[in-house]
Amino acid sequence: MSLPTVSLRRPLALLSASIALIGAACAPTNASATVARTSLPVIERQVMCVTCKIPLNVAESPQADRERAFIQGLIEEGETEAQIKRALVNQYGPTVLGLPSTHGFDLAAYLVPLVMVLALLAALILLLPRWRRRARAQAALEAPTPRALDATDAARLEADLARFD
Amino acid sequence: MLLVKRLALPTLISLVGVALLGLLIYGVTHQAASRTLDEARAHGQDPVAPQATRKLPVLSGDAAVSSDSLAAYRGKVVVLNFWASWCEPCQLEAPLLERAQSQLERHDGTVLGVTYLDASPDSLSFVRHYHLTYPNLRDNSGTFAHSYGTDQLPESFVIDRYGRIVAISRGEIDQAFVDHAIALAESA
Repeated sequence: MSLPTVSLRRPLALLSASIALIGAACAPTNASATVARTSLPVIERQVMCVTCKIPLNVAESPQADRERAFIQGLIEEGETEAQIKRALVNQYGPTVLGLPSTHGFDLAAYLVPLVMVLALLAALILLLPRWRRRARAQAALEAPTPRALDATDAARLEADLARFD
Repeated sequence: MLLVKRLALPTLISLVGVALLGLLIYGVTHQAASRTLDEARAHGQDPVAPQATRKLPVLSGDAAVSSDSLAAYRGKVVVLNFWASWCEPCQLEAPLLERAQSQLERHDGTVLGVTYLDASPDSLSFVRHYHLTYPNLRDNSGTFAHSYGTDQLPESFVIDRYGRIVAISRGEIDQAFVDHAIALAESA
């Protein structure tokens, strides 16, 4: 028995397309669950060895090994990157993240780059129109002025134009 | 007028450069540990122990962590000792501190340990290994230690019954330091 009409085939095609879309939508969810799991090298790059004051991924000391073991233990427990970082801060203090704090003098580490970018933008906004005006004026000075036609050329041009009339 | 206009941008850039340089110099000079307490002691003063009321978590293996502060020991002679399990001089002075604790306890004094930059499982195994009986707190933010100018371990402070610092040891303590605290506890 063949499929009776075209009108039934279309909904079936739509249904299968919808199933395929739903499947595709589910696939990234599973992938993101895999991404949430982290690894030792990923965390090592982002934290400090608290006694050696250098990034953990380049630190070689008994304390660095202890920190690695602590992180590895949390990874094996299935903790996410954010949870591991929180646990590290809870154990070793905020210095383990190697980030400047958000108060006092350390705030300058965040503010200075921001101020510099804003200052550069302001300078560009002020100077760009001026530079463009100057460039245009320069171009106008350097552009060759059109030469006036002599009598012979003018007559020939007139004749040519008259031919098209 | 044209000269002023021409000089405006280089002057502004130079000022920004000088400001950044000043900021860098300020940052470098102010990142060093504070020596205010040491200077006060050098001038014969007994500075008040900083951040005495700050609550710190008690070092314990329990999930429900309680907290305590230095102020809770007001009225006692306290040997405040900053330590970490990875610090070798801390391992060397631990037996001395435990002996001091047994003597201080008799005269209503105590050693109060504060761990700094140390994971609590490591600190707890240190406590078990050296059979430490004195209370230990965790400075998990480092703020308490910084207020004492602590940037290396171990560091110890003798605090009298009125909450004033009467002796400072930046490094491993010796018997004389402990004797000073015991004598202070006995004299009161």
